[in-house]
Amino acid sequence: MARVGVFICHCGENIGRTVDCPAVTEAAGRLPGVVESVDYKYMCSDPGQQMIKNAIKEKRLTGVVVAACSPRMHEPTFRRAAAEAGLNPFLLEMANLREHCSWVHEDRNEATAKAVDLVRIMVEKVKRNAKLHPIRVPVEPTALVIGGGIAGIQAALDIANGGKKVILVEKSPSLGGHMARLSETFPTLDCSQCILTPRMVEVAAHPNVTIMTYAEVAKVDGFVGNFEVTIRQKARYVDPEKCTGCGTCYQKCPSKKIPSEFDAGLANRTAIYTPFPQAVPNKPVIDAQHCLMLTKGKCGVCAKVCPTGAINFEDTDREVKVKVGAIVVATGFELWDHSAYGEYGAGKIEDVIDGFQFERLASAGGPTGGEIRRPSDGEIPKTVVFIQCCGSRDEKRGVLYCSKICCMYTAKHAILYRHKVHDGRAIVFYMDVRAGGKGYDEFVRRAIEADGAEYVRGRVSRIYRRADGKLIVRGADTLAGQAVTIEADLVVLADAIVPRAGGNELAQMLGIAYDTNGFYSEAHPKLRPVETATAGVFLAGACQSPKDIPDSVAQASAAAAKALGLFSNPELEREPIVARVNEEMCVHCRACINACPYGAIEDYDITDRKGNVVRTVARVNEGVCQGCGTCVAVCRSNSIDLDGFTDEQVLAEIATLE
Amino acid sequence: MTTLGYYPGCSLHGTGRELDMSIKALADVAGVELKEIEDWNCCGASAAHNLNHDLAVALPYRNLALAEEQGLSEILAPCAACFSRMKGTTVRLARSAELVEKMRGITEREFKGTVRILSIIDFIGRLMDESLAEKLTSPLDGLRVAPYYGCLLSRGEDIVEGDDPEQPSAMDRALAAAGCEIVPWNFAVECCGGGFSMSMTDAVVDLSNAILTDAEQAGAEAIVTGCPMCHSNLDMRQRTINEAGLGPHDLPIVYLSEILGLAAGIEPERLGLDRHFVDAMRVVERSA
Repeated sequence: MARVGVFICHCGENIGRTVDCPAVTEAAGRLPGVVESVDYKYMCSDPGQQMIKNAIKEKRLTGVVVAACSPRMHEPTFRRAAAEAGLNPFLLEMANLREHCSWVHEDRNEATAKAVDLVRIMVEKVKRNAKLHPIRVPVEPTALVIGGGIAGIQAALDIANGGKKVILVEKSPSLGGHMARLSETFPTLDCSQCILTPRMVEVAAHPNVTIMTYAEVAKVDGFVGNFEVTIRQKARYVDPEKCTGCGTCYQKCPSKKIPSEFDAGLANRTAIYTPFPQAVPNKPVIDAQHCLMLTKGKCGVCAKVCPTGAINFEDTDREVKVKVGAIVVATGFELWDHSAYGEYGAGKIEDVIDGFQFERLASAGGPTGGEIRRPSDGEIPKTVVFIQCCGSRDEKRGVLYCSKICCMYTAKHAILYRHKVHDGRAIVFYMDVRAGGKGYDEFVRRAIEADGAEYVRGRVSRIYRRADGKLIVRGADTLAGQAVTIEADLVVLADAIVPRAGGNELAQMLGIAYDTNGFYSEAHPKLRPVETATAGVFLAGACQSPKDIPDSVAQASAAAAKALGLFSNPELEREPIVARVNEEMCVHCRACINACPYGAIEDYDITDRKGNVVRTVARVNEGVCQGCGTCVAVCRSNSIDLDGFTDEQVLAEIATLE
Repeated sequence: MTTLGYYPGCSLHGTGRELDMSIKALADVAGVELKEIEDWNCCGASAAHNLNHDLAVALPYRNLALAEEQGLSEILAPCAACFSRMKGTTVRLARSAELVEKMRGITEREFKGTVRILSIIDFIGRLMDESLAEKLTSPLDGLRVAPYYGCLLSRGEDIVEGDDPEQPSAMDRALAAAGCEIVPWNFAVECCGGGFSMSMTDAVVDLSNAILTDAEQAGAEAIVTGCPMCHSNLDMRQRTINEAGLGPHDLPIVYLSEILGLAAGIEPERLGLDRHFVDAMRVVERSA
């Protein structure tokens, strides 16, 4: 005979405000099989959990229903409490009176009636629950880090230093990401390359780290602890084993007019190239789209001059399969394309540039050797206008959110410009200055007070190029309450930070969620900021939301800690919500085997004592089954059930609603 | 034969006579019948919406209701201001049943919303689709023009549809077909001073001067417009601008329909090209 205990939580006022909890408690107490029904303000608190534990022991409960919030957050909490009191944790169920009831209804009487229904459903289910036991699966103590920018480098280093193996995959030919392109970094103005390149070298030399550049993730199978990832190594056409990085090939390559991605189009590169001189690995690749040999079948100069014979025009993309236990996604960001702003010249005015282009102009290793010279004629601009929030906070044509880092890097740009061009004017248009962070507001004050940047509060409505080459910038000074027109030589737009193109496809491969803007979603915005809703997949850096370097590095270390935590046990417990085939009823039609999206069902031969095959049936591999229930739905002979969600349980839930 | 409703408004009977003439001549060549709405009234432009919002909607509402009663499903409003007021009214009415009810009360007329309003640019595009493209037998010899949209042919996202309000290009196709070379310039959507031509002429002088200057610097030999207000500010006020010590300018301001008419071989006098303040007959020589 079932002995069920029902525990109703007020969730402070979250449930109690809309649902009459004492009335639900009383109604639940009258349900058949219920021997205990109580309510409490915070059931998840220590005294609340203690109530459940005491009742399990004192009333010898065979099942528990906690009517509270979504099981997403606290089901593990309550099941742990049940287990501590000696009850199999899978004999505890939750009825969601918050998200499914109090938060979405207003009428107290109706909400209370619904709450009673929700409790009754779960009481009927829990009466039919069976004891289940967690499935133990081995953990592969290797992490895959996707993205070789500063976040990916940091995560890889932390995991490697924790003693575990790391595979670091980067889609471009070199590690370094955007940070390698920056001049100096706020708020301390230390040289970006000087602090980054040692890290690049360190991660590449680390015995626990395998670097795969010019490679992309092609397929992800498996689950936490046991992912099987297919990585596509793009054809490099240069054998990295033979190449010494001498650079003769790119000096001689005749295709020299390809806009450099690294220099944001301000300089050209060759078809065989390394993105920048400090690249890691410092081995060139051939850009197949621009190589004369690979497009037209003639040239081959690089192969002729290469002293080690490293060039291989026959190279092809290869797929490599790796087994990893955890995945850190650190794919970063890109800049919003300001050609959507017709009033700013629709991206067609040469001297209206974006933040990365200014970074390259200000970089010692950049196309101008660190001198600020404008792209159109190479002149040193005497008036530079910086425009913040270009595309950010523009619901109509840009993005709704604040890109977070632009206030700071614009202040940095203004400072760098004033340091380099003493008689130049740096004028910054801003909506408001958001400089939250250690030493950040002080840095903006420094730009204004010590370095003489002129901050104008207001939006720029128009930029055009006058016949004499001057850029006319018209806007509003909303503090002075007047229109302003500035004759500028260079305009720098602080374009919004947006997720990488193709990020959605990667998310679908990984089974992780992304928000309306395309940024990857964390499992909980406050309490689980580096985990995703998919166990074993963690986030680091700007792929989750716009972030500066300190925040990206901090999150990367946090993601590494999560991965190391996962690797600290050789085995992992999995919820035993798996499909089970009734082998006496199975007719071996193989419908389930074909339908299973995870390949978790296999043929199984039943043999007699002598080893002769008597019958063949379908059998579920518990380690691979994800409990999705597809096989249950397709089974023609009704021979498959899902542990924890059997037909009997689900039908009982429905039946009680009549 | 296609029949379109026609709403000339006050401009086309006054300062914008050339627009009226050239539109009608062009429709003639393209085989389109223009049927003027009988008993039409003022569209309310320039003044009404500054004074009384109900009046600003009620005036076009009555015209729309009349057009519907007279069986006209599409109305050409060549004046950019008339177009904006009338199309804006259809948009507002479609959004609010309450407003429809109110207007019905004020005007004591029914309007079911079956009328579509065409601008001069929509109209020329339509003619090009139908048969005008083949009839451009006397194209210009690469006359360099600055297409000028001003505010009313570029703004109002539900009103001017399918074009970029900051970098419009809707005139380009017809102008290119007429043999014009389009110069890249900066002031295609800048304000000409609009309705302040009489009340704040100083503002018009400054704003229109900037437009003329930019077009000249871009190498334009003429500005092409679709709006009678822009036309009068740029054409009629050009002398005032010069007298104010700006410029000096000597830039013909022509309507889109005049350019297309020339290319279609219509006599310049029938297009009203001889009626301009700044001599526009010089562009006539440029057509084959």
